[in-house]
Amino acid sequence: MDYILAGINIEMYFWAILTFAGLVIVLAVWLMVSAQFLVNYGVCKLDINSGEKPLDVEGGQTLLSCLYANDIFIPSACGGKGSCGHCKLVVTEGGGPILPTETPFLTRQEIRSKVRLACQVKVREDVYVRIPSDLLDVKMFTGVVEHSRVLTHDIKEVRFKIDDDTISQRPGQYIQIQAPSPDGPVFRAYSISSPTYDETAVELMVRLVPGGIGSTYIHELDEGDPVSFTGPYGEFYLNEEPETEIICVGGGCGLAPMKNIIYSIYDKWPERSCWLFFGCRTTEDVFYLKEFQKLAKKHPALKIKYALSDPLKDGEEWDGETGFVHLAVDKYLEPDVARQAFLCGPPLMIDAVTRILEAKGIASDDIFYDKF
Amino acid sequence: MDEPTTAIVIFFAAIFTNNMLLASFLGMCSFVACSVLISTALGLGTAVTLVLACTTAINYGIYHLILKADAVWLATDLGFLKFIVFIAVIAAFVQFVEMFVERFSPKLYFALGIFLPLITVNCAILGASLLLVINEYNLPQSVGFGFGAGIGWTLAIVLMAGLRQKMRYSDIPEPFKGVPIALMVTGVLAMAFIGFAGMVSI
Repeated sequence: MDYILAGINIEMYFWAILTFAGLVIVLAVWLMVSAQFLVNYGVCKLDINSGEKPLDVEGGQTLLSCLYANDIFIPSACGGKGSCGHCKLVVTEGGGPILPTETPFLTRQEIRSKVRLACQVKVREDVYVRIPSDLLDVKMFTGVVEHSRVLTHDIKEVRFKIDDDTISQRPGQYIQIQAPSPDGPVFRAYSISSPTYDETAVELMVRLVPGGIGSTYIHELDEGDPVSFTGPYGEFYLNEEPETEIICVGGGCGLAPMKNIIYSIYDKWPERSCWLFFGCRTTEDVFYLKEFQKLAKKHPALKIKYALSDPLKDGEEWDGETGFVHLAVDKYLEPDVARQAFLCGPPLMIDAVTRILEAKGIASDDIFYDKF
Repeated sequence: MDEPTTAIVIFFAAIFTNNMLLASFLGMCSFVACSVLISTALGLGTAVTLVLACTTAINYGIYHLILKADAVWLATDLGFLKFIVFIAVIAAFVQFVEMFVERFSPKLYFALGIFLPLITVNCAILGASLLLVINEYNLPQSVGFGFGAGIGWTLAIVLMAGLRQKMRYSDIPEPFKGVPIALMVTGVLAMAFIGFAGMVSI
């Protein structure tokens, strides 16, 4: 018997919907049952640094999420999609063969020394990993925005007050701030600009990148907004020998680690010699110059050089350097002095400055840099 | 022809004369993308063959039990649903195979695993299921066709990968480098396969 209503065969539609829905349900149940039996690895052992921190984790997850669940915060910007290449770890045993999704991020030497991307390694059996002790000290912090102020047309200074905790960092290290995105939370790295003795807060300088997830989020934060971040990360080591001169070269908004380094130095060694070179385009991009000049009055061993790369506009006055910042570095530094250098800025600037510093006799081990 | 063609004839026809890729130009996207290295091509080809052989059988069953006009379980003609139903079955089957292989043969999983998700949207797989409906094959014929089509597809992509590996040392004019020359070579390869015409016919 056919049920025809206004020329539409109702029965056919009924059966079509029922059949397709039923089929999809059958397929879904089949997959769920198979997943229950097939993708069940039970509890696996996760061994960190040969017995330093043995953990029991639920198998089947990625190594990165196992570590996050156990409060070990490996740097990762993309949220485990295998697109940033930050979550590198040495997996000595149990990680399975290296995947095609990892190879673009690993050098041949890293592949030989068993470096893997933690977000791509799935825990299927007992896994043995090595994590630098620095990363084991990384914590998750929560805090509120204490203040947020405009430094230049696109750079903001933001200060986070940490809730009931303190952060102990080395100058030049960075944190990863958790920012919401349409695909779940992602982490974005920013250098800490507050000095090391400022233990209850973290200050950042953030340049607004149009369309950027992290910078847009931070620029839109208001005072009192809650934030969470992990840290500290980074391989900058400040030389503790007061005779060693410190060279800081920053470009764009690469002044954040420099502020941290300089204030930390003059808190500990008031007489220590230090140069700050900062390169930007126009007078509009200049910031913190007055603060640093005030500090330099108190500590004459601090020398401040700001360089503008674009020609001055009509009516503007500028008594600092002109041209690219590596020219200023070349002009002022005497060769063959015991020095350590910290560079932070665009890759071209870092390459140019590194060449000059090496020509001035600084070993490449004493040059720390952060290209962005 | 009065006698129905046997499954074995269909199997060989699907490899040579009616090659899915070179005669029907189905499954071209993964063919072009994964035919750079012979090892990759072989991995993908194996995965395609496995999935083709199994999904043609499953889809044959579903079509004849439920979808067609005088089906065993349901009399209503739901033939128009075949596209969406076949795709759902293929996607679920690929998921299942991925889990199965991951569990029982990690080695095979690391060789094939990355290709399996690619196969879900490979039109050769859907094409084979639809062709067996159009050609009104019975079950052995369908499986023979699916299996043969998979072998044929593998043969074509491995041949292509071999040619492309050789072509790396050839002096190709700048505008033809990469995909354009690959498509042209595919055309030549397809013409070469016409040489098999007459060997078997379905």
